[in-house]
Amino acid sequence: MHRIALYKAMALGIAAAAGLTLAACGSSGGKSNPLSGGGGSKSVVIGSANFPESQLLATIYQQALQAKGIKVTTKLNIGAREVYYPLIRKGTITILPEYNGALLTTSVSPSSTAASTAQVDAALKAGLPSTLEILNPSTAQDADSVTVTAAFAKKYHLKSIPDLKPIAKNMVFGGPPEFRTRADGLIGLKKNYGLVFKNFKPTDTSSTITFTDLMNGSVQAADVFTTSPQIISDHFVVLADPKNNFAAQNVLPLVYKPGVNAKIIGILNAVSAALSQTALLQMDSALVVQHASYSQVASGFLSATGLG
Amino acid sequence: MSFFNFAWQWLIAVGHWSGPEGVPSRLLEHVEYTALAMVISAAVGLPAGVIIGHFGRGGFAVVSLANIWRSLPTLGLLILAFVLSSGASWAWLIPLVALAVPPILVNAYEGVLGVDPDLKDAATGMGMTPLQVLFKVEIPVALPLILLGLRTATIQVVSTATIAAYISLGGLGRYIIDGLATNNYGEVAGGAALVVLLALVVQFAFSGLTRLIVPAGLRNQARQS
Repeated sequence: MHRIALYKAMALGIAAAAGLTLAACGSSGGKSNPLSGGGGSKSVVIGSANFPESQLLATIYQQALQAKGIKVTTKLNIGAREVYYPLIRKGTITILPEYNGALLTTSVSPSSTAASTAQVDAALKAGLPSTLEILNPSTAQDADSVTVTAAFAKKYHLKSIPDLKPIAKNMVFGGPPEFRTRADGLIGLKKNYGLVFKNFKPTDTSSTITFTDLMNGSVQAADVFTTSPQIISDHFVVLADPKNNFAAQNVLPLVYKPGVNAKIIGILNAVSAALSQTALLQMDSALVVQHASYSQVASGFLSATGLG
Repeated sequence: MSFFNFAWQWLIAVGHWSGPEGVPSRLLEHVEYTALAMVISAAVGLPAGVIIGHFGRGGFAVVSLANIWRSLPTLGLLILAFVLSSGASWAWLIPLVALAVPPILVNAYEGVLGVDPDLKDAATGMGMTPLQVLFKVEIPVALPLILLGLRTATIQVVSTATIAAYISLGGLGRYIIDGLATNNYGEVAGGAALVVLLALVVQFAFSGLTRLIVPAGLRNQARQS
């Protein structure tokens, strides 16, 4: 008797799972191959870097385009810029959420000294290959920063990066592995502020490992994104950057030109026009602190701004 | 071929062989992580496996549990341990021990359980105490399987110790993670090749060890079965 009941329950479970799988296949329209290249294919491929905000922005672009009837596939969580930039150059990816300053100094012109939004965008327009184009920047910025705990800032009276000069030689600096070799990473901190740290500890991209290491003191300062919700919840202090070591980092779409048309560009520019710094920080907080899903947060933003 | 070429070009570059980030110190760190994880895992898995095999009770439950335990995602466990310990420097030990205990335990259990009852009877008949039967008959006879479990676990730990680099530590994983982050595939391939070489060294070391400590009669028996 029990056994029969168990079998019935199992059969029901399997049927339900199969139904879900079918439904999932139906809604994603998985016919197009994301590796077939953006050039000739009708579907637009949206990519993202390997951190939550980038995946959120990619989801916002995806939903905004889908709301206007454009076929979209996604390839999220690809990796660092060094990995995904070659993919959009080839047209494997059509649209990527980008940060203008980091794009310029990592992939387009490492020696560029452009710092303001206008300077950075001008340098990008001049330096990008002819197949790539940046669209209008939003006012939302997610810049790299040198960030310390409130207690450390208080102890050494730290307000801006040059205040670290006398103590840097005893400090361990944390950041993603690529911070060691990037022009606006350790190299820039040495060039602009004369800072040489005792050690560099590779952590992660402004996420769990970095914040845990900052809190427990195994690093004294770290490269942290300025829209990280933990800055508010865990009382970190972002040090001012008077010499603009970290260039402007406005959120904007980077597109593979042969893969987009005027309609797509119009929709993406409307998203950028609606995206403010406050909106971005609130969405990041909803993601990380309240554990909302990317699609929930994205559709919330789009319906609030009348774009979805 | 390009993997070997990448790896070779990176490995022969002189700059990669000295200093705290050079191959010798990273290799040493990697061996240290592996050794510490293995000592702890053996201290847990060997006695547990031998005792359960000796008494023959509860074996099915423990082996099933150990096998389910193997499917725990290592990276998830690492981050969980790191966060729960608020970034303790030993957090990497948890996933490695979790990975190494099951094969050690299951092989020790199967080895001791499979000892011919006639052998145990004969040993008791010769006047051995139960402890003498365990240490002079059951464990030596189970030795080939026990060593197999240790070897499997060590090779898994050598390859998985690369995740220590994910929580800012050293070891050969440093090359793989840093190389991936900066698109330096030579570094990735070089690091991966070193891990493979280390795993091969472990394999040969265990073959040698088996030759040394397993009695000749048992070795032949193991080969035939």
